[in-house]
Formats: sequence, structure tokens, C-alpha cells
Amino acid sequence: MKEIVIISGKGGTGKTTITAALASLVKNNVIADCDVDAADLHLILNPDIRQQEDFFSGKTAFIRQGDCTQCGKCVEVCHFDAISPDFVVDPVSCEGCGVCVAFCPAYAIDFNQNLCGQWFISKTRFGSLVHAKLGIAEENSGKLVSLVRKQAKQMAKKENAEYIIVDGAPGVGCPVISSITGASAVIVVTEPTLSGLHDMKRVVSLAGDFFQLSTFLCVNKADLNPDITEKMMEFCDTNGVHFAGRVPYDESTTRAMVEGKNIFEFKPGPAAAAIREIWAEVEDTLRGNKN
Amino acid sequence: MIISVASGKGGTGKTTIAANLALALAQNVQFLDCDVEEPNGHIFIKPEIEKTTTIGTPIPVVDEGKCTYCGKCQKICEYNAIAVILKNVLVFPELCHSCAGCWLICHENAISTRDRELGVLEQGKANGIDFVHGRLRLGEAMSPPLIRRVQQQLDMSKTIIIDSPPGTSCPVIQAVKHSDFVILVAEPTPFGLNDLKLAVEMVRTLKLPLGVVINRSDIGNENVRNYCQMEGIDILMEIKNDRKIAEAYSRGIPLIEIEPDYADRFRELYAQVERRVAR
Ligand code: SF4
Ligand code: SF4
Ligand code: SF4
Ligand code: SF4
Repeated sequence: MKEIVIISGKGGTGKTTITAALASLVKNNVIADCDVDAADLHLILNPDIRQQEDFFSGKTAFIRQGDCTQCGKCVEVCHFDAISPDFVVDPVSCEGCGVCVAFCPAYAIDFNQNLCGQWFISKTRFGSLVHAKLGIAEENSGKLVSLVRKQAKQMAKKENAEYIIVDGAPGVGCPVISSITGASAVIVVTEPTLSGLHDMKRVVSLAGDFFQLSTFLCVNKADLNPDITEKMMEFCDTNGVHFAGRVPYDESTTRAMVEGKNIFEFKPGPAAAAIREIWAEVEDTLRGNKN
Repeated sequence: MIISVASGKGGTGKTTIAANLALALAQNVQFLDCDVEEPNGHIFIKPEIEKTTTIGTPIPVVDEGKCTYCGKCQKICEYNAIAVILKNVLVFPELCHSCAGCWLICHENAISTRDRELGVLEQGKANGIDFVHGRLRLGEAMSPPLIRRVQQQLDMSKTIIIDSPPGTSCPVIQAVKHSDFVILVAEPTPFGLNDLKLAVEMVRTLKLPLGVVINRSDIGNENVRNYCQMEGIDILMEIKNDRKIAEAYSRGIPLIEIEPDYADRFRELYAQVERRVAR
């Protein structure tokens, strides 16, 4: 079983569009949406939810005013400025460290687990999907990402799936680290812009140098700036990154999205053809037919 | 006044709006790039960096000479970042949230601290704009403490424009919670609408006033506009999908430079925000 994670560094490069395309191209796969903060994949996959579970993680302090003697100890020990001068905890600032709870001489502080979101197991027309929704303003997205991947792995074992296709989280911080740790390969989807180049280098070095993962690069809307696309290919050459291919700008991509279809189902244009080639390249490399 | 520019998802044009707004005002402006995972504002504002500071966060160091292996530090740590195993205290630096619990609770004074590097803070200037951004160290998982440090540079005598990180979870909250107004940038597509709804919910949780800028306004469909109308959210500005704009963006050229008309439109955007905050 191979777990392929599609990430982007910067958002909006077409990561989810390409994930949705790969999900239909790769037969015998389980799909996981780890972009739990702003999940979009379900808009294309139209999941039929079969199982729904609550996700609890982290805790928040709550001061019972009736028991509080206003001694001020909690304000003094809270390193996150989460407690107001009149001893009310701001749940948004509270990091759930529990230090105030441990130090309160009056035992006046409750410390309960937060309901941070939900996760789901669904059926879709391209295979089983594990996905999640993080509550607004919640933390611990990294833990929810790990949970989604764990469930997807169990599902893949049960179904004897060859691949898990993962829509990874954006950025280079906690959720993306949780998305890629221990994966079989990472496909970075980027755009040929200066910001794209900048972010791509950061996320490639995170995946390749830091986590030693087999890394592929795919340049979306490659024709927007051929010079930068060229630079990105050179970067791959000198940094041990597999260049998986270019996807041309194709306005049917947005039109497919509006209709809730992936690009193969809509009207396969140049972008669809390019993604087919990219997958062939990735699969060949992973099977060791190429290096 | 503090204006944050945010979006449910990156790549919607958040940095374009934030940077061009700053460049169009170009007077008494401070630009804070709080998108510390992928700071891109500098590409368009092109500041001369005058000061670079390494930012760290304290993590425990245990003096085993003083330690009695009582286990109190392990017990207080909510993040499993410190463990007492037989006659050993192990610290897992990357799990530590710097809550100070362990060194406050240790009765033997056995815990001192050292810094784990979070990233760097860079400050500089570019034609009338004070520029600040943070850059998260690769491999560092926690961005909110670095965002907090970027925000400590706030200069309230100026008009402050914050380029916020994308999403709706802890990093964004940290970036936008002190704002007077939040501009949400969205594309009129199904993904765009989905991400906008999440972002609106986030801003409403914080009880901040907000408005929407629609980028690439002529792609997709009408659903974002319908949603805004239904929710009583003002659309402050629309920017067309234009290959020329996209190409200039790709080369790091600000929109107001290739389409000078936009300078006035961004100043008008600012005036609209100002009116709404004054209300
Ligand atoms: S430490 Fe406990 S008793 Fe003291 S002010 Fe805080 S909540 Fe009240
Ligand atoms: S749990 Fe930690 S962050 Fe929350 S209020 Fe108590 S000390 Fe502050
Ligand atoms: S609390 Fe202090 S004395 Fe106790 S185990 Fe931890 S470091 Fe050692
Ligand atoms: S500072 Fe807080 S999070 Fe870090 S090891 Fe000590 S108790 Fe744990």
C-alpha cells in the first residue's frame, strides 16, 4: 500500500483539483482529505456519509466564579494572557495548558475537553473517503490530520487498496507536517509565480530534506510564466526532486468545479491529458521502473 | 486603525489585496505579514530589510543533579513534552508549548530554560511603508507564537495592514483578533464560496466587522454574490480575471503598477473601510 500526499505550500494552486482528478484516475484507492481547516474535496466527490464521529482534543479552562477567591494566582501563571483581570478565561486565547488549574488554591477551575470537530467515513464514486471538519477557531488541526490518515490506512488495509490519495494541508506548519510524516511520496503542486517559487522551495525542502520523502513537483498553469516554470525544473534537477510535469492553464478546470465534477468527467481538455501523464510518471517512478 | 486581510484558503489574492492597499496608501502605513508559513508580501512591497531577529521560545532544560524524579513536571505537562522514566527526565522540544508549567511546579528548582528557534523576524522600509514579517523555521510546527511576536511590532500611530495566514484555525485567530476590520478575499467559485463561508464564521466568532473583495470576479458563478447579499455582507471591491494581472503577479509586479487606475480603487477601498469602522 502506498500513501501519496498532494501538498502545495501556498493554497489555491490547484491541489484539490489535481487530487480529485487523481482520485478517479487511480483505481483501487482510498481517498483522504487532510485539508481539515478548509476542506473542499467533498464539493467534487459528493460523499455519501456512512459514519460520523466527534473529534475531541485539547482542553479549555473555565473559572467557576462562585468558588474563586480572586487570589490572582491564575493570572500570574498563565503564559498566554488568557485570563482577564476579573478572572474570566478567554477561550480563544486559552491554550489548554492546565497550569492555572494546577496552581489554583481554591480548585475553582474546570478543565474539560473541547469538541473540536467531526470526522467522517464516506462512499464516493471514486472510492472510500475519510474526511473531517475542524470547528471554527479550533486548534489541534495536526491531531485531526493524523487521525484522518490513520483511519484511511485502516480502510485501505480492509479494502486491500493499492493507494491512498491524500489531499494534504497547506503551509509548512503543524497540519502539513502531520499530513506528510511517514508518507510514501509527496506531490507538490505549485504555480509559476515568484510567490509560488518561494513557497515551493520551502515546502519541497520540508518534505525532501527535512522528512526525507520521495518528492515530485507538478507545475500548474505552467504557461502563465514559462521562465519561472523553467527555473522550477532546474531547481528539481539540482535538488533531487522528481519533476512530474506541467499542467497548462485550462478554463474548463473552473467550469468543471462549478458543476461539481472532476476534470475527466467534465470535458477532458489539455489539463486532463497532462494530469494523466503526471500520474504515469509518478507511478513509474514509485514502481522503480525509473529513478 | 488595524485592517486584516484574510481568506479561508490561500491563493485567493489575499496578499495582492494587502500589498496593493499598503502601496496605494504609501503614507504612514505599517505592513505586517503574519502569514509566517508562507510570507509573500515582501515580493511585492520589496522592502529593504534593516533588522533581522531570531525568535525563540523557552523550553525546559533539566539539571539532573538537582532532580529528585518526583514526576510533577510530567504530570502538569498537557502536551507530553516532558517525561520522567526511572532516573531520567526526557524533554521533547518540538512538543513543548512553553506554558512554563514544569518549571513553575518543580520544587527542586531543577528546571532552567533554553530557546527553541521558531523562526526569524525581519523589519525594514519601502517607500513610506514600515514592513515587518516573520518567517517560520522549516520543521517548526507552531506558528502562533511567532505571529504573536510579529504583532508585538504594531505601531498604533500608523495605519496597519495585516496579511493574515489562510484558514480558520489558531494561526488566523492569532493574526486577526486585534483588528478593527477584516477584509475577506474570495473567488466566485464553489471552492471559493465554501472557504468564504468558513472565513465569515471565523470572523463572526471574533465579533469583528468584515467586508468582502471578490478576486477574478468574472470566473465561476453568482453564488458568492448571492451569499453575500443574503448574509448582509458588503462587497467592497471586485477585481477582474485578467491574464495581464496574473502575469504581472507571477513576476512580483504589484497590480497598481501595471494598472495605475487601481491605485485609486484601493484608496477607495480604504475609505470604505474607514467609513464602516467610524460607524
Ligand atoms: S487562582 Fe483560582 S482562586 Fe485564584 S483567582 Fe484564579 S481561579 Fe480564582
Ligand atoms: S489553561 Fe493555560 S492557557 Fe488556559 S487559562 Fe489556564 S493557564 Fe492560561
Ligand atoms: S518536577 Fe523537577 S524534580 Fe520533579 S521530576 Fe521534574 S525536574 Fe525533577
Ligand atoms: S513548558 Fe509546558 S509544554 Fe513545555 S515541557 Fe514544560 S509543561 Fe510541558
